Amino acid sequence: MDGRKSFGPKKGGRGGAAAGKDGQRRPMFRRRKVCKFCSDKIDDINYKDTRLLLPFVPERAKILPRRISGTCALHQRKLRVALMRARQLALIPYTSE
Amino acid sequence: MTRKYELVYIVSPEATDEHVAELHTQIEGIVQRMGGQIEKTENWGRRKLAYEIGRHKEGTYVLEVILGSGDLMKEIDRRLKVDDTVIRQLTVRIDEALEVIERTKARRSATSRRRRVARGLPEDRQPGEGQRNDADDDRDDRFDMGGM
Repeated sequence: MDGRKSFGPKKGGRGGAAAGKDGQRRPMFRRRKVCKFCSDKIDDINYKDTRLLLPFVPERAKILPRRISGTCALHQRKLRVALMRARQLALIPYTSE
Repeated sequence: MTRKYELVYIVSPEATDEHVAELHTQIEGIVQRMGGQIEKTENWGRRKLAYEIGRHKEGTYVLEVILGSGDLMKEIDRRLKVDDTVIRQLTVRIDEALEVIERTKARRSATSRRRRVARGLPEDRQPGEGQRNDADDDRDDRFDMGGM
């Protein structure tokens, strides 16, 4: 528990975008990431919906991590299942050469 | 035990339309024989595959939504495996997932109604009520998610 606390909130902090070290002048503003599925109220993450899934499959065809996409844990899990099904059906690649 | 399944299979591009139709009637036969029911059939037509499946680059996708038992699906699965024009297939059980979706939707609309009433507004949103303009700000697609 304690160990976890020391890391501080990862993306919970609203305005707490790292104010930079002493050397840096300008505070780096990082916009708070929001889960696309929560904000758009998409309940059904369906493996057939390639249009929905494709943004989560970057160049290398790997699944975009939560840390970058900002997807919440629940939806990332659902997304993963959908992506893996879509891969089986060759709707989405496993790799790209 | 009746469950709802979704079956997608990819037929080799060399197969004729008649063959695809015949496959469908075969599945229909199995479904009827084993006391199931086909709810929906969709032919997505010929699509490019995301990767090659045994030298094929294209395939005809067919989707069937079937009500029936697990044994029924097993039989269909077996039948499709035997046929070598079917290059890929996937069966997914969807009744429970659909229920979950239904429930979340219901819960969401109930909450919003309750809140609206608490704020002294009519239950449903009126046309031209503009309170949802945060979408364009929260969108997080600036990252390299590749081809939107």
